[in-house]
Amino acid sequence: MPRLVNARVEYEVKLGRLPTLTEKETHYCPGCEHGTLTRLIASTLDKLNLREKTVLVDSVGCSVFAHDYINTDAVQAPHGRAPAVMAGIKRVRPDLVVFAVQGDGDAVSIGLLELVNAANRGEPVTIFLVNNAIYGMTGGQMAPTTPAGMVTTTSPYGRDVSYTGQPLDASRLLASLDAPSYVRRVVLPLEPIRDTGLYSARGSLECLKVVENAFRVQLMGGFSFVEVVSTCNINWKMSVLESKKYAWEVLAKTFPPGVYKDKFGVEKV
Amino acid sequence: MTKEFTKGNEALAYGALKAGLNAYFAYPITPSSEIPETLAKEFGSHRYPDFKVFLQAASELEAISMVIGAASTGAKVMTATSGPGFSLKQEGMSYAAAMEVPILVVNVNRAGPGLGNLGPEQSDYFQATKGGGHGGYRNIVLAPNSVQEMATFPRLAFSLAFKYRNPAVILADAFIGQLKEDITFPDIEPEKFETPWATTGARGKERHLILSLHLDFEEQNKQSEDLRRKYEKIDAAEQRAESYLTDDADVVFVAYGVVSRLCKGVVNRLRDTGVRAGLFRPITLSPFPYKQLSKLAEAKRRFEVVELNMGQMVYDVKLAVGDASRVGTIQKLGGLLPTTGEIIRRTQEMVANA
Ligand code: SF4
Repeated sequence: MPRLVNARVEYEVKLGRLPTLTEKETHYCPGCEHGTLTRLIASTLDKLNLREKTVLVDSVGCSVFAHDYINTDAVQAPHGRAPAVMAGIKRVRPDLVVFAVQGDGDAVSIGLLELVNAANRGEPVTIFLVNNAIYGMTGGQMAPTTPAGMVTTTSPYGRDVSYTGQPLDASRLLASLDAPSYVRRVVLPLEPIRDTGLYSARGSLECLKVVENAFRVQLMGGFSFVEVVSTCNINWKMSVLESKKYAWEVLAKTFPPGVYKDKFGVEKV
Repeated sequence: MTKEFTKGNEALAYGALKAGLNAYFAYPITPSSEIPETLAKEFGSHRYPDFKVFLQAASELEAISMVIGAASTGAKVMTATSGPGFSLKQEGMSYAAAMEVPILVVNVNRAGPGLGNLGPEQSDYFQATKGGGHGGYRNIVLAPNSVQEMATFPRLAFSLAFKYRNPAVILADAFIGQLKEDITFPDIEPEKFETPWATTGARGKERHLILSLHLDFEEQNKQSEDLRRKYEKIDAAEQRAESYLTDDADVVFVAYGVVSRLCKGVVNRLRDTGVRAGLFRPITLSPFPYKQLSKLAEAKRRFEVVELNMGQMVYDVKLAVGDASRVGTIQKLGGLLPTTGEIIRRTQEMVANA
């Protein structure tokens, strides 16, 4: 793992610090994709020169401190209500770029009404859903996205989907609506390359493109939603490398990556 | 300045528009629905160029969070509701109080816990004046008792909300909301507020953060102490009340909203029979007008608190008066109003038993 931990340092030595990233070390657990996504978002805001007209809406969960790392204006939303706070900002100030990083507990459970209705109105905002199939910040309870059989602190014998429902697929749900312009799912963790002991970063490379697409869609006036299938090795009670494997072998099967909606054709550009 | 015959809820909507309302986020509930309906009608009209957004939300929770988002940009933003809806607003109001985002929430109080009914009650007094949501905070609460005040209080409420960066509440009741009276709108320009704290992008300035999580105990302590100092300042500067024939009164009725109008009639009838009665009407329920009321209590007089609830404001009156044995309480529940005769009879009983 030392190579992964040092990646940020090496990157900064080569490229210099991004203006949209603060100096602060992240609080995310080592190996968590939250940090990676933060960097992809920051570099995209820099690339598109959006930092000074962007408002980040903090959700509740492990992403609640996103403002500590992303150097833009920020407003805190109540648990699950980020899409509503975003809509409020965007309606009175359409000139601003507004985005949130939500977890699956925040967006798909307590905030599903806000998510679906913001999407259904086609609010021109961007939502990144970090789906790691569990409540991370509260210590690993079952989420609506938890796959069948997964052990969590509130499904200690494995999730029984006949009793608690099937994992909720937010991308498919939103793609079924008319208004959203861009609905996209990516798998962000490093991907084990079979029989080699090596890992591929194609997930993060793809995610970088998708993040840019999502902001471009907002600038074109559309609602964009990116579901980032991620890990939570701490609460999955796995090593970092085991969690990457689980993400690709189990989660990516439950939540297949792909373009679920692309009204403006940004994927083709 | 023209005279208009208007319903309370409509007057409130026009009062907000004339105060320069920028955005309204709606979820319909009776008996406050005329507020969003009136605003929906005026949305897009050339008469109110400041009125940029009218949006119906999918729930009260969504509406109040939209209010927070819009208000975080420094806009004048309002939402209105009644009873059950006010409960749901509490989540966002706690955040707005913590983050010091000025917002205006109107509650046209209806009757009963649960769904209750559509008649007037004052049972949301505790919820409005003592915080209401989780954590410790205070709203600024205004209580109109006429259609005229429904028209003028939005301006005052915005003024106070922006001055103190605090949630303001107009706590009306179903009766005042549905009442029709002649009103006049003063011809004055909307107030403009400086909002250097707003989150509108960090262009050419330090970025702004409007936050509410302070994991560090010392930091949370500082935030809460700052809020407490602010509430003390509001308390010292903004207590408002109206007195009617209290100077020589032996018995003073304390009432707000529709009940204060009934009590004025009671005072007049008692005066006709030689009883020296008066009326004290709190206009701000939070901050409660303790100063004026304790001044009145310096002379040995009785206070009769008349409320449409099981006794809520009476606690504040007892605090102000100091001597609880001089404070009586007359209550009516279920959406009904007490009659003048009923109030007089109950007062006489209490004086006899005191
Ligand atoms: S608890 Fe899980 S989701 Fe949260 S930072 Fe740690 S690994 Fe990431």
